[in-house]
Amino acid sequence: MVKEIVLDSLNEYKGESHVATTNACKLCTPLGATIAFKGVEGAIPFLHGSQGCATYMRRYIISHFREPMDIASSALGEKNAIYGGGPNLKKGLLNAMQKYGAKVVGVATTCLTETIGDDVARILTEFREEFGDLPLADVVHVSTPSYSGTHMDGFHGAVKALADQLCPGGMQDKVAPTGRVNLMPGMVSPADIRHLREICLGFGIAPTILPDYSETLDGPALLEYENIPSGGTPVAEIRAMSGASASIELGRAITAQETAGTSLESRFGVPLFRLGLPMGIRETDSLFEALKQISGNPVPRELSLERGRYIDALVDGHKYVSGMRAVVYGEEDLIIGLTTFLAEIGVKPVMVATGAKKRGVAEHIRSACGDLLREMPIVREGVDFFDIVDEAAALSPDILVGHSKGQKAARDWNIPLLRCGFPIHDRFGGQRMLHLGYRGAQSLFDRLVNIVLEKKQSDSDIGYGYL
Amino acid sequence: MTETATATCAERPAIFEERKDQIHRIGSEPFSMACNRDSLAGAVSQRACVFCGSRVVLYPIADALHLVHGPIGCAAYTWDIRGALSSGPELHRLSFSTDLQELDVVFGGEKKLAKALDELITRHSPKAAFVYSTCIVGLIGDDLGAVCKAASLRHGIPVIPVQSEGFKGNKREGYQAACKAMRTLVGTGDISDISPLSVNIMGDFNLAGETWIIKGYLERMGIQVVAGITGDGRVDDIRRAHGAKLNMVQCSGSTQDLAKMMRDDFGTPFIRVSWIGIEDVAESLYAVAEHFELTQPELAAGLVERTAELVREELSSLMPKLAEYRRDLTGKRAAVYVGGSFKAFSLVKAFRHLGMEVVIVGSQTGTEEDYRELAAICAPGTIVVDDANPLELSAFIKEKDVDIFVGGVKERPIAFKLGVGFCDHNHERKIALEGFEGMLNFAKEIHASVMSPIWRFVPRREQGLNVSESSPEMQEARV
Repeated sequence: MVKEIVLDSLNEYKGESHVATTNACKLCTPLGATIAFKGVEGAIPFLHGSQGCATYMRRYIISHFREPMDIASSALGEKNAIYGGGPNLKKGLLNAMQKYGAKVVGVATTCLTETIGDDVARILTEFREEFGDLPLADVVHVSTPSYSGTHMDGFHGAVKALADQLCPGGMQDKVAPTGRVNLMPGMVSPADIRHLREICLGFGIAPTILPDYSETLDGPALLEYENIPSGGTPVAEIRAMSGASASIELGRAITAQETAGTSLESRFGVPLFRLGLPMGIRETDSLFEALKQISGNPVPRELSLERGRYIDALVDGHKYVSGMRAVVYGEEDLIIGLTTFLAEIGVKPVMVATGAKKRGVAEHIRSACGDLLREMPIVREGVDFFDIVDEAAALSPDILVGHSKGQKAARDWNIPLLRCGFPIHDRFGGQRMLHLGYRGAQSLFDRLVNIVLEKKQSDSDIGYGYL
Repeated sequence: MTETATATCAERPAIFEERKDQIHRIGSEPFSMACNRDSLAGAVSQRACVFCGSRVVLYPIADALHLVHGPIGCAAYTWDIRGALSSGPELHRLSFSTDLQELDVVFGGEKKLAKALDELITRHSPKAAFVYSTCIVGLIGDDLGAVCKAASLRHGIPVIPVQSEGFKGNKREGYQAACKAMRTLVGTGDISDISPLSVNIMGDFNLAGETWIIKGYLERMGIQVVAGITGDGRVDDIRRAHGAKLNMVQCSGSTQDLAKMMRDDFGTPFIRVSWIGIEDVAESLYAVAEHFELTQPELAAGLVERTAELVREELSSLMPKLAEYRRDLTGKRAAVYVGGSFKAFSLVKAFRHLGMEVVIVGSQTGTEEDYRELAAICAPGTIVVDDANPLELSAFIKEKDVDIFVGGVKERPIAFKLGVGFCDHNHERKIALEGFEGMLNFAKEIHASVMSPIWRFVPRREQGLNVSESSPEMQEARV
């Protein structure tokens, strides 16, 4: 058995063109969990591992959101790696609760603690017993070994852990109907979360958005440093998710997984709507259809107008982008959404790539927008930027679409990069970028047309002043 | 669940009981500070790990392959994040990883590492390869040394293991691991054409071209620079670094271990320098000149005068420009929180040239001696802190009502959230802050932030105005 696995793993290397990763197109699992935990009111993300993990991720996340991102750590040293990280975890939890005033501590593991075999659930039980006389905060934990999956797995895992652990049990524990709707948007921008809330309210729906870091990671200037920023999904709302009239989960690529939505559906019978990220017309229409169905209310006039204006803008601007060849990369759900958006406006996605593996991206693209594409794009999963650049170079793309890390390729090829998603490390305002809804599509379309015009103008000898 | 361990800010003091002796207020008590301790769990330390220390030091070696053996994060978060420039190859700007997966963790990552090395060395033809160990490698017991040795034989280049398992300490241990790795290169190159008046620039990383600024001064003085260790670094330069007659070591310890090894093994003396500020840059240049006038009296005749001429020239152009900034900045207050304490010393002095006072000063990895010296040069009331965290830093910023904070990316949002100016003095910086011209850039940076009109609109200042308007005492105090 063991021998077979070894052989399998060697064969796996043989099958791949290369085993080294160059310029990864993914991040590590715990990073996604820390962002998800940041979206719960009063919560502090906590990494059970060595100090460096927390510090590196803080820096990476801060550079995008330009907001405080405090991540506590159990700061394990050599002795802890040998004797176990339990004592440090407990001490760290107490400090996070007593000094930072955390109401929730979101513990994510790291490769270190997963490998030494720390049983976090057991350590937490001990913790509650040992310190039962103190008023303790809630602790939610998720297993996020960085050698397995990507930051998206960490993100969805943390969301599921929140729903499972703060809203535990089965039908007998179901709360009275709240009339609310659970909305799990995935790893979208603070601006997207705000827009989703506005959309729901427009339909007369009170959403419980999990997670909601629209304020914690995009907050106002303050007089006092908040040890834990205001905002986030209230814990009371998470506890009441079992009583929601429906759950909506966004992201086509997570449909193969157990998620917060499936868990709430199977345990409490909360009907689950699994939809793609609402990017472009059709995917947004689908969301609106679901909201109509759930609320019994029509599409609000303001949002209908946004749809109309967007289509009007497509008519005005379609020729600027028609037939352009795009390479799209990034997180699995986002690239499916982006490809749909591009297909609708007449841009030809020639390659769609992600660092995640086995997400069925090609199938999802086919079902979301296959009929709009004369030719399916090349879809690559489990790739890095070395692979993407290597293969895309021959496809003569006109534009790259994705986060900041494609900048080098765009520069080398002298083509524009339409920045979206996470991380935006080389431009300003990544946290305020809107991608979702008709309004998000409008924003993406305006930006796309403008970078095309800008390039046309600067490349031109004449530099027309009237385009 | 309404009752938790939560308390309001006022009830919850910002300083952890366990950390009280890592904070000192000058003048309020006799000097005593604990440091070089493990970070407190749950405190949100601003520190990093051993891997980070090694990566920081070796990163600028531009013609080496830097392969991170571990899961993807460690490589992803260190991909092209620094402003360390190269005058030639830029292999250091790529991020290489073995991206260990579950099976590798179970059955070991040695084969994958070997194959990754083969691929990458064949593809990029580097002059050497550094293979960084991460937390997990230290646990699964991969024999990094053996894999590297075999790869070195296969490819005919040095393949050097860096023992940088993250959990084995903090950045300092990482510096040591990096120095050990570089030591294997030193002494293997040809030194026949090296001048008797020659140095290595150590502990400078050529952020925004800073090594080039320093190199320019030294060359004007007639001194040959053998190797940048590691600013604009090259493997072949490091191989012949033992041919230099003096090591100039900047930074709190990042390359000091290598300097010590070179002193012990090759007899190369070293001096500690700082390229930040005015006095420190001048003193560093004089120290080199004096060293050579003493050791090579004939060859170095007139070197000190030449240096004085250089310093005079630079200052006569710099000082009038600084005076303009000083006019606006006089009386403003600064907080300094940096990785190594050497920088803190230089910054305290540099701020004086701008008429500013440093009222909070701290570092991630200073020693007791460093802090004692800092306490000696700062004014009474200044807070000296080791291994701080956001709670403490934000409380100190408010208490001292600073106008600007000097630190790195992790400190920036703390300052900005509170409506305080900021200057990035860390490895991500894209503006040269070393040498005399760096001092001018520094003044510009500080001025650009401190003097911005936007601070009038942040709650801290708005509130300040309201307070002064409503209370006559405050108004008087303000006048």
